Amino acid sequence: MRQTWRPDLEDISHLKHTPLHALHLSLGARMVPFAGYDMPVQYPEGVLKEHLHTRAAAGLFDVSHMGQIVVRPKSGRIEDAALALEKLVPVDILGLAEGRQRYGLFTNDKGGILDDLMITNLGDHLFLVVNAACKDADFAHLKKGLGDTCEVKMLDDRALVALQGPRAEAVLCELWADVASMRFMDVAEADLHDVTCIISRSGYTGEDGFEISIPVTSAVDVTQRLLEHPDVMPIGLGARDSLRLEAGLCLYGNDIDTGTTPVEAALEWAIQKSRRSGGDRAGGFPGAERILAEFANGAKRRRVGLKPEGRAPVRGGAKVYADAEGKVAVGTVTSGGFGPSVDGPVAMGYVDAAQAGNGAKLYAEVRGKYLPLAVTALPFVKQTYKR
Amino acid sequence: MLKFTEEHEWLQIEGDVATVGITEHAAGQLGDLVFVELPEAGASFAKGDSAATVESVKAASDVYCPLDGEIIEVNQAIVDDPSLVNSDPQGAAWFFKLKLADPSAANALLDEAAYKELVA
Repeated sequence: MRQTWRPDLEDISHLKHTPLHALHLSLGARMVPFAGYDMPVQYPEGVLKEHLHTRAAAGLFDVSHMGQIVVRPKSGRIEDAALALEKLVPVDILGLAEGRQRYGLFTNDKGGILDDLMITNLGDHLFLVVNAACKDADFAHLKKGLGDTCEVKMLDDRALVALQGPRAEAVLCELWADVASMRFMDVAEADLHDVTCIISRSGYTGEDGFEISIPVTSAVDVTQRLLEHPDVMPIGLGARDSLRLEAGLCLYGNDIDTGTTPVEAALEWAIQKSRRSGGDRAGGFPGAERILAEFANGAKRRRVGLKPEGRAPVRGGAKVYADAEGKVAVGTVTSGGFGPSVDGPVAMGYVDAAQAGNGAKLYAEVRGKYLPLAVTALPFVKQTYKR
Repeated sequence: MLKFTEEHEWLQIEGDVATVGITEHAAGQLGDLVFVELPEAGASFAKGDSAATVESVKAASDVYCPLDGEIIEVNQAIVDDPSLVNSDPQGAAWFFKLKLADPSAANALLDEAAYKELVA
């Protein structure tokens, strides 16, 4: 048997630690290198139970490796920060109300995706959460793009945890009752036991839940209080990945990257009307020419859900064909695995536009065999966001 | 005779037939298995060939053929219920029975004490 990773053989001395690193070790986590950090891939319960527990009750994730960035307008006018950021993202930021959050993308001149991120209007500044592996590049990109009108600051003194699942609201209510009045994509600053946190009702699992930004000095304390609740289980990166895959959510670097455009990636919903052709502030972001042309004419390929017919997981990298002999290549799987809640394999990937209709029957090459799979609407599980 | 490989397979050898599975240590490292693919009876493998595949939620791993030989029987029970590999890896969850091309080659494999030292 070949083990897929042998952490004991790797030099992990260069890896960074999140503020919760010691807590992970005390919980018996198995740690792996991820985006330059030593991160928990699973706890003793294992990926399967962690995944199912998150969908049944509540899971707690350490996502402190992600970048938390403040963009503060030098003029003091939030509109100036919004308009400046709109030059880098094809998203309506000006129309983002205070206390609201929105998904966004940094695009490049070719219409490719540099990173995906969450953008919040916190009244006098914008608060961004970006991917760990991209955060230094994103920070430099922001400095360069809007450093003349805004102060751009990476917050390295805050942890970030996600509490996800149907019991998340009830659990968090015990620390801060007002959380019940928040709806999906609301953001509020709140005192959890005298610690000022930024709470957003969002996540990366398809479940209702929250992401909580906590000052480093209180990160362990707040996290431990959440973990003390009998409904809460710590969840590692393994289940985080299977949860987001079932929810149809993209993983940057797998499903989207500089070689994919927002239209190819089926992320049109992230580009509001005001930034599309005919909108008040149409275009004006990197790669607008290509992206707006794809809105009008469609893209040559499209990200779709792929449901293997059998029990065998089809992993990222598998080639997809129109025929069972592997003669007509039509695409590639970008993420795939076993969905514990679906109780079967699930995948997503890019296929030629002609093959992208729901129900199209395709074949993925796995260990020399061509396994049938069907193009399927995403997500694989019902989203339970509180809208 | 019970033997082990450095790749975490175990072999229970009787005469020229080895019953092969993965060790408790390996099953623990892999985590909950959700899919097992076994070879077909009659297939021949050389030592080190990938003979079976096990998949957890997270990843796929190969199970190697520990010695040269021919598959004479496979354990459909672990295909029907992969979690059996986690609950009883060195018992009910054997993978396949291998008719050894050269039974004496087994002498070069690890004995239980040496394997325990390896994973200690």
